[in-house]
Amino acid sequence: MATITVDGKDIEIGDNERLNVIQAADRAGVSIPFYCWHPGLSVVASCRMCLVETGTKNKETGEISMMPKLVPACQTPAKDGTVVVTDSPKVKANQNFVQEGILLDHPVDCPICDQAGECWLQDYYFDYGHKERRADIHPFTSKRRDLGTHVSLFADRCVMCSRCVRFTREVSGEGELMVIDRGSHAEIDVFPGFPLENKLSGNVNDICPVGALCSTDFLYQQRVWFLEAQDSICTRCSTGCATQMHVNQDHLYRIQPRYNPNANDWWMCDIGRYENQFVNAPERLDGPRLKNSTGFEAMEWSEAMREAHGRVADVALQHGGRHLAFVLSPFLTCEEAYLAARYATGILPDVTLVVGKVPVVGQDEKFKGGFTIRAEKCPNRRGVEEIARGLGKNVLDWNGLLAAIGAGEIRGAWVTGGYPEAWIDDAEAATFERLESLVVQDILPSPLARRAQVVLPGVTAFEKDGCYVNQGGVIQTTSWGLRPRGGAHVDGQIFADLLKRTGLYQSAEVLRELAGAVPFFARCAEGVPPAGLNLVTGQEKRPFSTELGTVSHPTPTFRSEASRMLEVESPTL
Amino acid sequence: MQPEDKSIKWVREPQLGLTGRMYLTPLIDGLATTAKHFLSTVKGDGFTRQFPEERPEFGNPLIYRGVHRLNKDDQGRVKCVACFLCATACPAHCIDIVGTEAPWNDREKYPQSFVIDELRCIYCGMCEEACPVDAIELTSLFDLTGASREEMIFDKEKLLSVYDMTVVAEPSRKEREARERAPAMGKGH
Repeated sequence: MATITVDGKDIEIGDNERLNVIQAADRAGVSIPFYCWHPGLSVVASCRMCLVETGTKNKETGEISMMPKLVPACQTPAKDGTVVVTDSPKVKANQNFVQEGILLDHPVDCPICDQAGECWLQDYYFDYGHKERRADIHPFTSKRRDLGTHVSLFADRCVMCSRCVRFTREVSGEGELMVIDRGSHAEIDVFPGFPLENKLSGNVNDICPVGALCSTDFLYQQRVWFLEAQDSICTRCSTGCATQMHVNQDHLYRIQPRYNPNANDWWMCDIGRYENQFVNAPERLDGPRLKNSTGFEAMEWSEAMREAHGRVADVALQHGGRHLAFVLSPFLTCEEAYLAARYATGILPDVTLVVGKVPVVGQDEKFKGGFTIRAEKCPNRRGVEEIARGLGKNVLDWNGLLAAIGAGEIRGAWVTGGYPEAWIDDAEAATFERLESLVVQDILPSPLARRAQVVLPGVTAFEKDGCYVNQGGVIQTTSWGLRPRGGAHVDGQIFADLLKRTGLYQSAEVLRELAGAVPFFARCAEGVPPAGLNLVTGQEKRPFSTELGTVSHPTPTFRSEASRMLEVESPTL
Repeated sequence: MQPEDKSIKWVREPQLGLTGRMYLTPLIDGLATTAKHFLSTVKGDGFTRQFPEERPEFGNPLIYRGVHRLNKDDQGRVKCVACFLCATACPAHCIDIVGTEAPWNDREKYPQSFVIDELRCIYCGMCEEACPVDAIELTSLFDLTGASREEMIFDKEKLLSVYDMTVVAEPSRKEREARERAPAMGKGH
């Protein structure tokens, strides 16, 4: 164990933990301010905000020898015997100078800046700032300009921390951004004709500590202090990025990544971040429908469920359970898939469980920093497969189902969907015309829903609680932030009602039940920690406690982002 | 309360005399009171006002908290920068703003729509205090009426027209301060 002294307080860190002084000081409960350092990027030590006094303690004599000059805490490794002083007059004077220097060249247009409320410059001004402005200049030289589709640059507000430049060079790997000009003229820019258009571009808005880079999509939509944050999981590919959804008055304003070393680190892609219009799509299924001779008629939920149950149960009882297919969509949460499987096998134990269609688009895209956008565009194939295998006697995949229908072996089906995009074409849906009965539970209209006898509207990932298992076998929890749209019901509630369970559907209880029923999920019996659990290896890639921070911003209480970034979550493993 | 309590003084209602019982004298007494008030009102008693013909006078109309207005800048554009600080400060949640990018070169953001529900407003003046650019101010217009609820929801155009209506009598804070400063600066030169 290495012993480090921070402001007179000794703390111990593990031998294999490679911490810098900022991280070590945080363990001691001392926060050192910084702009340019980011745990996911290389160290440049250019902002000079984190300068502290350091020295070494002689183990034998206990004598402390200090360095004469201040050193950047982000660049100084914390080793055995390191002594750090963060509250000396020298350190405070430096923080004061740095803040004043940045503010000299800053327009202080906080009232119209989208970052206001989650701005590091604002936070640090209160904690470390020079309280009066000695130079009466108001730099306002340029208006907003686009660096790419999703990124707006307000050059005046920039503090030249170069986080965004390092991000495009080290994480996304495209290197579109650069610093042009020198000294006080320095600016972030792109080469003419080469805009910032990579699939991770939205992340630069998050890591910008001030309002220089703002999300064009979110620009002026809402002041951040009105937003409520809800932890969620992205469902657009099988990476399963931990995210936060920011909501006000039941409207989803933006999605930001949440730090999880076991899934996505600090990042997420622009698809998951920006392509969420399907939540409020006007064509969303808004109530249960029953097919009659002329078309679809609206009906009550209780009646629709009785009708749906009656149709599939008839097929099973008439022809045998094997001839009824229950399709578990990879967009269902584990809990929902479990309840669905319980319901299906409750009709007859040999009902065929089918793992729903797994949409695969292109190839996995791996970026320079290791972040990967998966070709498998669903969040929970793995979880659903395990549940189907664990509970079903007959298990098929989607192609197997199509073949079985073609061969006349399947006579009725209950298909769950939840796909954010069109997932089935007319030709494929036509296969299902051979069935005697078809119940479709989905969020958007589809060729399949048109052919169904009963249509039940489910909800999107933003409207439900539960767990997803990503491609690496990491199970993570998501929680609802929006209320179900229109007359839709939460899928878990639908299955709970079908199982005649009383009361509201509680995903945590179902998960406990699932952990007991399917051995793959046994480790979830005590719940799922914030960083997720790897159900396959049983081990986390990195212990959560050594890696710090999150780039996602506000919490309902809007603590300083920096303090949140340094928040150490203790592993419950 | 005890009936034998010494501190209680018991009084009996006086018996009416003959004149009293004829009701005539009390009637004349009452008419006299009415006539007295009538005469004093005609003479002008300092209390009764002939509203709305006669308008009340304010000690200082500049600090009265009546209907809101949205100030204009020297180019006649809305001064508001759509920062939402008034909406944030508003305890009645009566301000609804939609901000967007400004069409002008020297400004980043402006309100595409700015709506105040004057019925919901409690006229506390917090919006005026919160405003960083002195764009929203409360005027001395107090007799606000409308035939419907919709009429009392003031949009940006209406709030700007309140400015045009009141700007002469009640100059904005910035102008007042400039006027106060002007003589002092003159001395310096």
